[in-house]
Amino acid sequence: MSSAENRARIQARNLNFFYGTTRALKSVSIDCHDRKVTAIIGPSGCGKSTFIRTLNRMNDVIAGARVEGEILLDGHDINAPDVDVVELRRRVGMVFQKPNPFPKSIYDNIAYGLRINGMKNKRKIEETVEKSLRGAALWDEVKDRLDDNAFALSGGQQQRLCIARSLAVEPEVILFDEPCSAIDPIATAKIEDLIEHLKTAYTVVIVTHNMQQAARVSDYTAFMMLGELIEFDRTDKIFTNPSQKLTEDYITGRFG
Amino acid sequence: MKRATRKTIVQAFGFLALRTAMFLVLAVLLLFLYDIGSKGHGAISWEFLSQAPRKGMTAGGIFPAIFGTFLVTTISAVLAVPLGMSAAIYLHEYARQTRLTRLIRLSIRNLSGVPSIVYGLFGVILFVNVMRFGTSVLSAGLTLGLMTLPWTITASEEALKTIPNSYREGALALGATKWQMIRTNVLPYAVPGMLTGTVLGLARAAGETAPILFTGAAFFLPSLPTSLGDQFMALPYHLYIMATQHHAILQVRPLAYGTALVLIVLVLGMNMTAVIVRYRLRRKQR
Repeated sequence: MSSAENRARIQARNLNFFYGTTRALKSVSIDCHDRKVTAIIGPSGCGKSTFIRTLNRMNDVIAGARVEGEILLDGHDINAPDVDVVELRRRVGMVFQKPNPFPKSIYDNIAYGLRINGMKNKRKIEETVEKSLRGAALWDEVKDRLDDNAFALSGGQQQRLCIARSLAVEPEVILFDEPCSAIDPIATAKIEDLIEHLKTAYTVVIVTHNMQQAARVSDYTAFMMLGELIEFDRTDKIFTNPSQKLTEDYITGRFG
Repeated sequence: MKRATRKTIVQAFGFLALRTAMFLVLAVLLLFLYDIGSKGHGAISWEFLSQAPRKGMTAGGIFPAIFGTFLVTTISAVLAVPLGMSAAIYLHEYARQTRLTRLIRLSIRNLSGVPSIVYGLFGVILFVNVMRFGTSVLSAGLTLGLMTLPWTITASEEALKTIPNSYREGALALGATKWQMIRTNVLPYAVPGMLTGTVLGLARAAGETAPILFTGAAFFLPSLPTSLGDQFMALPYHLYIMATQHHAILQVRPLAYGTALVLIVLVLGMNMTAVIVRYRLRRKQR
Protein backbone atom coordinates (compact mmCIF):
# COMPACT_ATOMS: atom_id res chain seq x y z
CA MET A 1 0.00 0.00 0.00
CA SER A 2 2.86 2.36 -0.53
CA SER A 3 2.04 3.49 -4.05
CA ALA A 4 0.10 6.71 -4.40
CA GLU A 5 -2.78 5.18 -6.24
CA ASN A 6 -3.37 2.77 -3.44
CA ARG A 7 -3.76 5.29 -0.65
CA ALA A 8 -6.98 5.26 1.35
CA ARG A 9 -9.30 8.07 0.23
CA ILE A 10 -11.97 7.25 2.78
CA GLN A 11 -11.26 5.92 6.23
CA ALA A 12 -14.14 4.99 8.51
CA ARG A 13 -12.88 4.76 12.10
CA ASN A 14 -14.99 3.08 14.82
CA LEU A 15 -18.14 4.27 13.15
CA ASN A 16 -21.37 3.97 15.14
CA PHE A 17 -24.72 4.97 13.78
CA PHE A 18 -28.02 5.30 15.62
CA TYR A 19 -31.58 5.61 14.38
CA GLY A 20 -33.06 6.94 17.61
CA THR A 21 -32.02 4.26 20.08
CA THR A 22 -31.42 1.53 17.48
CA ARG A 23 -27.73 1.03 16.81
CA ALA A 24 -27.40 0.31 13.11
CA LEU A 25 -23.59 0.37 12.87
CA LYS A 26 -21.29 -1.01 15.54
CA SER A 27 -17.71 0.23 15.51
CA VAL A 28 -17.22 -0.21 11.79
CA SER A 29 -13.77 0.56 10.39
CA ILE A 30 -13.26 0.31 6.64
CA ASP A 31 -10.72 1.92 4.29
CA CYS A 32 -11.74 2.70 0.73
CA HIS A 33 -8.72 3.01 -1.55
CA ASP A 34 -8.20 5.43 -4.39
CA ARG A 35 -8.93 3.99 -7.84
CA LYS A 36 -10.15 0.76 -6.36
CA VAL A 37 -13.62 -0.68 -5.96
CA THR A 38 -14.66 -1.48 -2.41
CA ALA A 39 -17.72 -3.71 -2.11
CA ILE A 40 -19.91 -3.97 0.98
CA ILE A 41 -21.83 -7.23 1.19
CA GLY A 42 -24.05 -8.82 3.78
CA PRO A 43 -27.60 -10.02 4.44
CA SER A 44 -30.54 -7.59 4.43
CA GLY A 45 -30.55 -5.24 7.38
CA CYS A 46 -26.82 -5.66 8.07
CA GLY A 47 -26.22 -1.90 7.84
CA LYS A 48 -24.49 -1.82 4.47
CA SER A 49 -26.81 0.86 3.04
CA THR A 50 -26.62 2.84 6.28
CA PHE A 51 -22.84 2.68 6.05
CA ILE A 52 -22.60 3.94 2.48
CA ARG A 53 -25.09 6.72 3.20
CA THR A 54 -22.90 8.03 6.03
CA LEU A 55 -20.09 8.57 3.52
CA ASN A 56 -21.88 11.50 1.84
CA ARG A 57 -23.92 12.34 4.93
CA MET A 58 -27.15 11.39 3.20
CA ASN A 59 -28.42 10.21 6.58
CA ASP A 60 -28.37 13.81 7.84
CA VAL A 61 -31.89 14.25 6.60
CA ILE A 62 -33.26 11.45 8.77
CA ALA A 63 -34.80 12.74 12.00
CA GLY A 64 -33.24 11.26 15.12
CA ALA A 65 -30.17 9.88 13.33
CA ARG A 66 -26.78 10.23 15.02
CA VAL A 67 -23.20 9.39 14.03
CA GLU A 68 -20.30 8.56 16.34
CA GLY A 69 -16.73 7.91 15.31
CA GLU A 70 -14.84 9.31 12.36
CA ILE A 71 -15.09 9.26 8.61
CA LEU A 72 -12.01 10.76 7.04
CA LEU A 73 -11.99 11.91 3.43
CA ASP A 74 -8.37 12.57 2.46
CA GLY A 75 -7.64 12.76 6.17
CA HIS A 76 -10.34 15.32 7.04
CA ASP A 77 -13.32 14.38 9.19
CA ILE A 78 -16.42 14.88 7.08
CA ASN A 79 -18.58 15.35 10.18
CA ALA A 80 -16.44 18.21 11.50
CA PRO A 81 -18.44 21.40 12.07
CA ASP A 82 -16.53 23.37 9.44
CA VAL A 83 -17.33 20.91 6.65
CA ASP A 84 -19.77 22.16 4.02
CA VAL A 85 -22.09 19.21 3.49
CA VAL A 86 -23.16 20.57 0.11
CA GLU A 87 -19.57 20.60 -1.17
CA LEU A 88 -18.99 17.16 0.39
CA ARG A 89 -21.89 15.73 -1.60
CA ARG A 90 -20.55 17.25 -4.78
CA ARG A 91 -17.22 15.55 -4.16
CA VAL A 92 -18.80 12.25 -3.09
CA GLY A 93 -21.44 11.34 -5.67
CA MET A 94 -24.13 8.75 -5.17
CA VAL A 95 -26.11 6.39 -7.39
CA PHE A 96 -29.23 5.02 -5.76
CA GLN A 97 -30.87 1.63 -5.61
CA LYS A 98 -33.76 2.54 -7.86
CA PRO A 99 -32.89 4.64 -10.91
CA ASN A 100 -34.15 8.11 -10.00
CA PRO A 101 -34.01 10.29 -13.09
CA PHE A 102 -35.74 13.64 -12.68
CA PRO A 103 -38.85 14.25 -14.79
CA LYS A 104 -36.84 16.37 -17.20
CA SER A 105 -35.22 15.81 -20.56
CA ILE A 106 -32.14 13.59 -20.76
CA TYR A 107 -30.07 16.70 -21.37
CA ASP A 108 -31.52 18.62 -18.42
CA ASN A 109 -30.99 15.67 -16.10
CA ILE A 110 -27.25 15.93 -16.66
CA ALA A 111 -27.20 19.73 -16.83
CA TYR A 112 -29.09 19.96 -13.53
CA GLY A 113 -26.06 19.33 -11.34
CA LEU A 114 -23.97 21.76 -13.39
CA ARG A 115 -26.54 24.53 -13.11
CA ILE A 116 -27.05 24.19 -9.35
CA ASN A 117 -23.28 24.34 -8.99
CA GLY A 118 -23.27 27.64 -10.82
CA MET A 119 -22.21 26.77 -14.39
CA LYS A 120 -23.81 29.23 -16.78
CA ASN A 121 -21.78 28.91 -19.98
CA LYS A 122 -24.00 27.05 -22.45
CA ARG A 123 -21.13 25.67 -24.52
CA LYS A 124 -19.42 24.35 -21.42
CA ILE A 125 -22.64 22.73 -20.19
CA GLU A 126 -23.14 21.10 -23.59
CA GLU A 127 -19.60 19.74 -23.60
CA THR A 128 -19.92 18.40 -20.06
CA VAL A 129 -23.25 16.72 -20.83
CA GLU A 130 -21.69 14.89 -23.76
CA LYS A 131 -18.58 13.98 -21.79
CA SER A 132 -20.65 12.64 -18.89
CA LEU A 133 -22.93 10.61 -21.14
CA ARG A 134 -19.87 9.15 -22.88
CA GLY A 135 -18.38 8.43 -19.47
CA ALA A 136 -21.48 6.45 -18.55
CA ALA A 137 -21.47 4.60 -21.91
CA LEU A 138 -24.85 6.06 -22.81
CA TRP A 139 -23.96 8.69 -25.41
CA ASP A 140 -24.42 6.51 -28.49
CA GLU A 141 -27.85 5.39 -27.36
CA VAL A 142 -29.24 8.84 -26.59
CA LYS A 143 -27.29 11.38 -28.65
CA ASP A 144 -30.18 11.81 -31.12
CA ARG A 145 -32.84 12.27 -28.47
CA LEU A 146 -31.35 14.41 -25.75
CA ASP A 147 -34.60 16.37 -25.52
CA ASP A 148 -36.70 13.30 -24.78
CA ASN A 149 -37.97 12.84 -21.27
CA ALA A 150 -35.66 10.66 -19.19
CA PHE A 151 -38.60 8.47 -18.19
CA ALA A 152 -38.73 7.21 -21.78
CA LEU A 153 -35.44 5.34 -21.22
CA SER A 154 -35.28 1.72 -20.11
CA GLY A 155 -34.44 0.94 -16.48
CA GLY A 156 -30.81 0.15 -17.23
CA GLN A 157 -30.43 3.27 -19.36
CA GLN A 158 -32.01 5.33 -16.59
CA GLN A 159 -29.45 3.99 -14.13
CA ARG A 160 -26.59 4.85 -16.50
CA LEU A 161 -28.17 8.29 -16.87
CA CYS A 162 -28.01 8.65 -13.10
CA ILE A 163 -24.35 7.63 -13.21
CA ALA A 164 -23.73 10.21 -15.95
CA ARG A 165 -25.54 12.77 -13.83
CA SER A 166 -23.20 12.22 -10.92
CA LEU A 167 -20.12 12.20 -13.19
CA ALA A 168 -21.10 15.62 -14.52
CA VAL A 169 -20.34 17.45 -11.26
CA GLU A 170 -16.85 15.90 -11.23
CA PRO A 171 -16.90 13.96 -8.00
CA GLU A 172 -13.81 12.20 -6.62
CA VAL A 173 -15.68 9.32 -5.02
CA ILE A 174 -18.76 7.55 -6.36
CA LEU A 175 -21.03 5.58 -4.05
CA PHE A 176 -23.28 2.91 -5.54
CA ASP A 177 -26.13 1.77 -3.29
CA GLU A 178 -27.26 -1.56 -4.80
CA PRO A 179 -27.30 -0.01 -8.27
CA CYS A 180 -28.41 -3.15 -10.09
CA SER A 181 -31.13 -4.45 -7.80
CA ALA A 182 -33.90 -2.99 -9.95
CA ILE A 183 -32.59 -3.83 -13.43
CA ASP A 184 -32.20 -6.86 -15.67
CA PRO A 185 -29.03 -9.03 -16.06
CA ILE A 186 -27.91 -7.55 -19.39
CA ALA A 187 -28.21 -4.00 -18.11
CA THR A 188 -26.44 -5.17 -14.94
CA ALA A 189 -23.50 -6.44 -17.01
CA LYS A 190 -23.23 -3.05 -18.70
CA ILE A 191 -23.14 -1.25 -15.37
CA GLU A 192 -20.52 -3.66 -14.04
CA ASP A 193 -18.36 -2.94 -17.10
CA LEU A 194 -18.87 0.72 -16.43
CA ILE A 195 -17.80 0.40 -12.79
CA GLU A 196 -14.71 -1.48 -13.93
CA HIS A 197 -13.91 1.46 -16.17
CA LEU A 198 -14.78 4.17 -13.63
CA LYS A 199 -12.28 2.91 -11.12
CA THR A 200 -9.45 4.08 -13.35
CA ALA A 201 -10.39 7.63 -12.38
CA TYR A 202 -12.49 7.47 -9.22
CA THR A 203 -12.71 5.88 -5.82
CA VAL A 204 -15.70 3.55 -5.99
CA VAL A 205 -17.73 2.08 -3.14
CA ILE A 206 -20.54 -0.31 -3.95
CA VAL A 207 -23.16 -1.90 -1.75
CA THR A 208 -24.54 -5.08 -3.21
CA HIS A 209 -26.59 -8.04 -2.08
CA ASN A 210 -25.21 -9.99 -5.02
CA MET A 211 -22.02 -11.80 -3.99
CA GLN A 212 -21.06 -12.68 -7.56
CA GLN A 213 -21.25 -9.02 -8.39
CA ALA A 214 -18.93 -8.14 -5.53
CA ALA A 215 -16.52 -10.87 -6.66
CA ARG A 216 -16.61 -9.60 -10.26
CA VAL A 217 -16.22 -5.86 -9.79
CA SER A 218 -14.44 -5.20 -6.53
CA ASP A 219 -10.84 -5.13 -5.33
CA TYR A 220 -11.73 -5.08 -1.64
CA THR A 221 -14.75 -6.57 0.06
CA ALA A 222 -16.27 -5.87 3.45
CA PHE A 223 -18.66 -8.42 4.88
CA MET A 224 -21.12 -7.02 7.40
CA MET A 225 -23.73 -8.61 9.61
CA LEU A 226 -26.16 -7.06 12.10
CA GLY A 227 -24.36 -3.74 11.98
CA GLU A 228 -20.91 -5.23 12.57
CA LEU A 229 -18.00 -5.54 10.22
CA ILE A 230 -17.16 -9.25 10.23
CA GLU A 231 -14.30 -9.23 7.77
CA PHE A 232 -12.60 -6.79 5.44
CA ASP A 233 -9.90 -7.83 3.01
CA ARG A 234 -8.89 -8.14 -0.61
CA THR A 235 -11.79 -9.54 -2.60
CA ASP A 236 -9.89 -12.63 -3.80
CA LYS A 237 -8.99 -13.43 -0.21
CA ILE A 238 -12.57 -13.02 1.04
CA PHE A 239 -13.97 -15.27 -1.66
CA THR A 240 -11.28 -17.96 -1.71
CA ASN A 241 -9.87 -18.04 1.77
CA PRO A 242 -11.89 -16.05 4.30
CA SER A 243 -10.50 -15.97 7.80
CA GLN A 244 -13.88 -15.84 9.54
CA LYS A 245 -16.25 -18.78 9.74
CA LEU A 246 -19.27 -16.46 9.34
CA THR A 247 -17.88 -15.03 6.11
CA GLU A 248 -17.31 -18.50 4.73
CA ASP A 249 -20.83 -19.59 5.67
CA TYR A 250 -22.29 -16.52 3.98
CA ILE A 251 -20.35 -16.68 0.72
CA THR A 252 -20.96 -20.40 0.38
CA GLY A 253 -24.67 -19.73 0.72
CA ARG A 254 -25.25 -21.39 4.06
CA PHE A 255 -27.36 -18.41 5.13
CA GLY A 256 -28.40 -14.99 3.88
CA MET B 1 -67.26 -23.10 -10.51
CA LYS B 2 -70.32 -22.35 -8.40
CA ARG B 3 -68.36 -20.26 -5.98
CA ALA B 4 -66.83 -18.21 -8.75
CA THR B 5 -70.32 -17.44 -10.05
CA ARG B 6 -71.42 -16.32 -6.61
CA LYS B 7 -68.39 -14.10 -6.30
CA THR B 8 -69.16 -12.57 -9.66
CA ILE B 9 -72.73 -11.82 -8.65
CA VAL B 10 -71.61 -10.18 -5.42
CA GLN B 11 -69.20 -8.08 -7.43
CA ALA B 12 -71.93 -7.07 -9.88
CA PHE B 13 -74.13 -5.92 -7.00
CA GLY B 14 -71.25 -4.01 -5.49
CA PHE B 15 -70.58 -2.15 -8.71
CA LEU B 16 -74.28 -1.46 -9.13
CA ALA B 17 -74.47 0.11 -5.68
CA LEU B 18 -71.43 2.27 -6.31
CA ARG B 19 -72.67 3.33 -9.71
CA THR B 20 -76.09 4.22 -8.30
CA ALA B 21 -74.51 6.36 -5.60
CA MET B 22 -72.44 8.19 -8.21
CA PHE B 23 -75.46 8.85 -10.45
CA LEU B 24 -77.54 10.05 -7.51
CA VAL B 25 -74.94 12.64 -6.62
CA LEU B 26 -74.61 13.67 -10.25
CA ALA B 27 -78.39 13.89 -10.63
CA VAL B 28 -78.72 16.25 -7.66
CA LEU B 29 -76.00 18.48 -9.08
CA LEU B 30 -77.51 18.51 -12.57
CA LEU B 31 -81.00 19.17 -11.24
CA PHE B 32 -79.67 22.07 -9.23
CA LEU B 33 -77.79 23.52 -12.20
CA TYR B 34 -80.84 23.03 -14.43
CA ASP B 35 -83.11 24.82 -11.96
CA ILE B 36 -80.84 27.85 -11.65
CA GLY B 37 -80.02 27.81 -15.37
CA SER B 38 -83.60 27.60 -16.60
CA LYS B 39 -84.89 30.31 -14.26
CA GLY B 40 -81.84 32.53 -14.51
CA HIS B 41 -80.84 32.58 -18.14
CA GLY B 42 -83.73 34.92 -19.05
CA ALA B 43 -82.24 37.66 -16.91
CA ILE B 44 -78.80 37.43 -18.49
CA SER B 45 -78.06 40.12 -21.03
CA TRP B 46 -75.18 42.41 -21.82
CA GLU B 47 -76.97 45.13 -19.88
CA PHE B 48 -77.35 42.82 -16.86
CA LEU B 49 -73.62 42.06 -16.84
CA SER B 50 -72.33 45.54 -17.58
CA GLN B 51 -74.57 47.99 -15.75
CA ALA B 52 -75.39 49.00 -12.21
CA PRO B 53 -78.75 48.24 -10.59
CA ARG B 54 -81.42 50.92 -11.06
CA LYS B 55 -84.80 51.80 -9.56
CA GLY B 56 -84.20 50.27 -6.14
CA MET B 57 -82.56 47.21 -7.73
CA THR B 58 -85.68 46.24 -9.64
CA ALA B 59 -83.99 46.98 -12.93
CA GLY B 60 -80.51 47.32 -14.43
CA GLY B 61 -77.60 44.96 -13.89
CA ILE B 62 -75.15 43.57 -11.39
CA PHE B 63 -71.82 44.84 -12.67
CA PRO B 64 -70.76 46.45 -9.35
CA ALA B 65 -71.35 43.12 -7.60
CA ILE B 66 -69.28 41.19 -10.18
CA PHE B 67 -66.54 43.79 -9.92
CA GLY B 68 -66.63 43.71 -6.11
CA THR B 69 -66.43 39.93 -5.95
CA PHE B 70 -63.50 39.98 -8.36
CA LEU B 71 -61.77 42.58 -6.22
CA VAL B 72 -62.14 40.82 -2.83
CA THR B 73 -61.16 37.49 -4.36
CA THR B 74 -58.00 39.06 -5.75
CA ILE B 75 -57.14 40.54 -2.36
CA SER B 76 -57.71 37.22 -0.62
CA ALA B 77 -55.49 35.52 -3.22
CA VAL B 78 -52.72 38.03 -2.61
CA LEU B 79 -52.84 37.13 1.08
CA ALA B 80 -53.55 33.40 0.92
CA VAL B 81 -51.42 32.20 -1.99
CA PRO B 82 -47.90 33.28 -0.99
CA LEU B 83 -48.51 32.83 2.73
CA GLY B 84 -50.25 29.47 2.35
CA MET B 85 -47.68 28.02 -0.04
CA SER B 86 -44.79 29.22 2.10
CA ALA B 87 -46.34 27.77 5.24
CA ALA B 88 -46.86 24.44 3.47
CA ILE B 89 -43.27 24.40 2.21
CA TYR B 90 -42.03 25.11 5.70
CA LEU B 91 -44.22 22.48 7.31
CA HIS B 92 -43.43 19.76 4.79
CA GLU B 93 -39.83 20.43 3.80
CA TYR B 94 -38.18 22.22 6.71
CA ALA B 95 -39.99 21.67 9.99
CA ARG B 96 -38.92 18.63 11.99
CA GLN B 97 -41.85 16.33 12.52
CA THR B 98 -42.44 16.82 16.22
CA ARG B 99 -45.51 16.90 18.43
CA LEU B 100 -45.65 20.66 17.86
CA THR B 101 -45.82 20.38 14.07
CA ARG B 102 -48.46 17.69 14.38
CA LEU B 103 -50.46 20.05 16.60
CA ILE B 104 -50.04 22.89 14.11
CA ARG B 105 -51.18 20.65 11.29
CA LEU B 106 -54.21 19.50 13.28
CA SER B 107 -55.13 23.11 14.05
CA ILE B 108 -54.92 24.02 10.38
CA ARG B 109 -57.22 21.13 9.47
CA ASN B 110 -59.65 22.28 12.14
CA LEU B 111 -59.52 25.88 10.94
CA SER B 112 -60.79 24.80 7.53
CA GLY B 113 -63.91 23.53 9.29
CA VAL B 114 -64.64 26.71 11.23
CA PRO B 115 -67.98 28.22 10.10
CA SER B 116 -67.54 31.22 7.82
CA ILE B 117 -69.57 33.52 10.07
CA VAL B 118 -66.92 33.03 12.74
CA TYR B 119 -64.29 34.25 10.26
CA GLY B 120 -66.60 37.19 9.54
CA LEU B 121 -66.75 38.18 13.21
CA PHE B 122 -63.02 37.64 13.62
CA GLY B 123 -62.45 39.89 10.60
CA VAL B 124 -64.56 42.63 12.19
CA ILE B 125 -62.46 42.53 15.33
CA LEU B 126 -59.04 42.20 13.73
CA PHE B 127 -59.20 44.13 10.46
CA VAL B 128 -62.09 46.54 10.92
CA ASN B 129 -61.50 47.53 14.56
CA VAL B 130 -58.00 46.65 15.75
CA MET B 131 -56.15 47.37 12.50
CA ARG B 132 -58.57 50.19 11.66
CA PHE B 133 -59.13 49.25 8.03
CA GLY B 134 -62.83 50.04 8.55
CA THR B 135 -65.62 48.25 6.74
CA SER B 136 -63.83 48.09 3.43
CA VAL B 137 -62.90 45.94 0.48
CA LEU B 138 -59.50 45.46 2.17
CA SER B 139 -60.98 44.14 5.43
CA ALA B 140 -63.34 41.83 3.56
CA GLY B 141 -60.59 40.57 1.23
CA LEU B 142 -58.25 39.84 4.12
CA THR B 143 -61.03 38.04 6.01
CA LEU B 144 -61.72 35.85 3.00
CA GLY B 145 -57.98 35.34 2.63
CA LEU B 146 -57.74 34.09 6.20
CA MET B 147 -60.58 31.70 5.52
CA THR B 148 -58.82 30.40 2.40
CA LEU B 149 -55.45 29.93 4.13
CA PRO B 150 -56.11 26.52 5.75
CA TRP B 151 -57.29 25.19 2.40
CA THR B 152 -54.24 26.54 0.62
CA ILE B 153 -51.86 25.14 3.22
CA THR B 154 -53.48 21.71 3.30
CA ALA B 155 -53.74 21.42 -0.48
CA SER B 156 -50.15 22.61 -0.93
CA GLU B 157 -48.83 20.17 1.63
CA GLU B 158 -50.71 17.32 -0.04
CA ALA B 159 -49.16 18.36 -3.36
CA LEU B 160 -45.67 18.35 -1.81
CA LYS B 161 -46.33 14.90 -0.38
CA THR B 162 -46.86 13.49 -3.87
CA ILE B 163 -43.29 14.40 -4.92
CA PRO B 164 -41.13 11.26 -4.57
CA ASN B 165 -38.29 11.50 -2.06
CA SER B 166 -35.94 10.22 -4.74
CA TYR B 167 -36.14 13.66 -6.44
CA ARG B 168 -35.02 15.26 -3.20
CA GLU B 169 -32.22 12.79 -2.50
CA GLY B 170 -31.07 12.88 -6.11
CA ALA B 171 -30.70 16.65 -6.01
CA LEU B 172 -28.98 16.69 -2.61
CA ALA B 173 -26.54 14.00 -3.74
CA LEU B 174 -25.41 16.28 -6.58
CA GLY B 175 -24.49 19.05 -4.16
CA ALA B 176 -27.71 21.05 -4.15
CA THR B 177 -28.52 23.07 -1.06
CA LYS B 178 -31.85 22.33 0.52
CA TRP B 179 -33.40 25.47 -0.94
CA GLN B 180 -31.97 24.75 -4.42
CA MET B 181 -33.41 21.26 -4.14
CA ILE B 182 -36.83 22.58 -3.18
CA ARG B 183 -36.86 25.38 -5.74
CA THR B 184 -35.60 23.43 -8.71
CA ASN B 185 -36.59 19.84 -8.09
CA VAL B 186 -39.66 19.86 -5.85
CA LEU B 187 -41.70 23.02 -6.41
CA PRO B 188 -41.88 22.81 -10.21
CA TYR B 189 -43.61 19.46 -9.88
CA ALA B 190 -45.75 20.39 -6.88
CA VAL B 191 -47.01 23.76 -8.12
CA PRO B 192 -49.79 22.39 -10.37
CA GLY B 193 -51.32 20.55 -7.41
CA MET B 194 -50.76 23.52 -5.12
CA LEU B 195 -52.48 25.86 -7.59
CA THR B 196 -55.44 23.56 -8.01
CA GLY B 197 -56.11 23.40 -4.28
CA THR B 198 -55.60 27.13 -3.96
CA VAL B 199 -58.01 28.03 -6.74
CA LEU B 200 -60.62 25.67 -5.31
CA GLY B 201 -60.26 27.44 -1.96
CA LEU B 202 -60.53 30.85 -3.62
CA ALA B 203 -63.59 29.77 -5.58
CA ARG B 204 -65.22 28.81 -2.31
CA ALA B 205 -64.22 32.18 -0.82
CA ALA B 206 -65.68 34.03 -3.81
CA GLY B 207 -69.08 32.54 -3.07
CA GLU B 208 -69.09 33.28 0.67
CA THR B 209 -71.47 35.81 2.22
CA ALA B 210 -70.91 35.66 5.96
CA PRO B 211 -67.25 36.78 6.08
CA ILE B 212 -67.94 39.91 4.01
CA LEU B 213 -71.27 40.72 5.63
CA PHE B 214 -69.83 42.81 8.47
CA THR B 215 -66.43 43.57 7.03
CA GLY B 216 -67.18 45.62 3.95
CA ALA B 217 -69.98 44.46 1.67
CA ALA B 218 -72.73 46.98 1.03
CA PHE B 219 -76.35 46.54 0.10
CA PHE B 220 -76.20 49.17 -2.61
CA LEU B 221 -73.58 51.70 -3.67
CA PRO B 222 -73.99 54.40 -6.26
CA SER B 223 -70.41 54.03 -7.50
CA LEU B 224 -67.66 51.44 -7.78
CA PRO B 225 -65.00 51.30 -5.04
CA THR B 226 -62.01 53.44 -6.00
CA SER B 227 -59.70 52.60 -3.12
CA LEU B 228 -59.05 49.70 -0.76
CA GLY B 229 -60.80 51.66 1.99
CA ASP B 230 -64.13 51.80 0.15
CA GLN B 231 -67.09 49.52 0.67
CA PHE B 232 -68.16 47.30 -2.21
CA MET B 233 -71.00 45.21 -3.59
CA ALA B 234 -70.52 41.48 -4.01
CA LEU B 235 -72.40 38.74 -5.84
CA PRO B 236 -73.24 36.46 -2.89
CA TYR B 237 -74.42 39.35 -0.72
CA HIS B 238 -76.37 40.85 -3.58
CA LEU B 239 -78.05 37.50 -4.10
CA TYR B 240 -78.86 37.25 -0.40
CA ILE B 241 -80.53 40.68 -0.48
CA MET B 242 -82.43 39.94 -3.67
CA ALA B 243 -83.65 36.61 -2.41
CA THR B 244 -84.60 37.45 1.16
CA GLN B 245 -84.48 41.16 2.01
CA HIS B 246 -85.84 43.05 -0.96
CA HIS B 247 -89.12 44.99 -0.62
CA ALA B 248 -90.44 43.69 -3.92
CA ILE B 249 -89.17 40.19 -3.59
CA LEU B 250 -91.33 38.50 -6.23
CA GLN B 251 -90.67 41.19 -8.79
CA VAL B 252 -86.87 40.81 -8.50
CA ARG B 253 -86.88 37.00 -8.34
CA PRO B 254 -85.72 36.60 -11.99
CA LEU B 255 -82.86 38.99 -11.25
CA ALA B 256 -81.97 36.91 -8.18
CA TYR B 257 -81.83 33.79 -10.32
CA GLY B 258 -79.76 35.64 -12.86
CA THR B 259 -77.33 36.67 -10.12
CA ALA B 260 -77.16 33.08 -8.85
CA LEU B 261 -76.38 31.86 -12.36
CA VAL B 262 -73.57 34.39 -12.76
CA LEU B 263 -72.11 33.41 -9.39
CA ILE B 264 -72.24 29.71 -10.19
CA VAL B 265 -70.69 30.21 -13.62
CA LEU B 266 -67.96 32.28 -12.01
CA VAL B 267 -67.16 29.62 -9.40
CA LEU B 268 -67.37 26.74 -11.91
CA GLY B 269 -65.22 28.80 -14.26
CA MET B 270 -62.54 29.17 -11.58
CA ASN B 271 -62.63 25.46 -10.85
CA MET B 272 -62.36 24.63 -14.54
CA THR B 273 -59.41 26.99 -14.83
CA ALA B 274 -57.72 25.13 -12.00
CA VAL B 275 -58.28 21.80 -13.74
CA ILE B 276 -57.01 23.13 -17.08
CA VAL B 277 -53.95 24.78 -15.55
CA ARG B 278 -53.04 21.55 -13.79
CA TYR B 279 -53.56 19.51 -16.94
CA ARG B 280 -51.41 21.88 -19.02
CA LEU B 281 -48.56 22.01 -16.51
CA ARG B 282 -48.58 18.24 -16.04
CA ARG B 283 -48.44 17.66 -19.77
CA LYS B 284 -45.58 20.08 -20.20
CA GLN B 285 -43.53 18.04 -17.74
CA ARG B 286 -44.02 14.77 -19.57
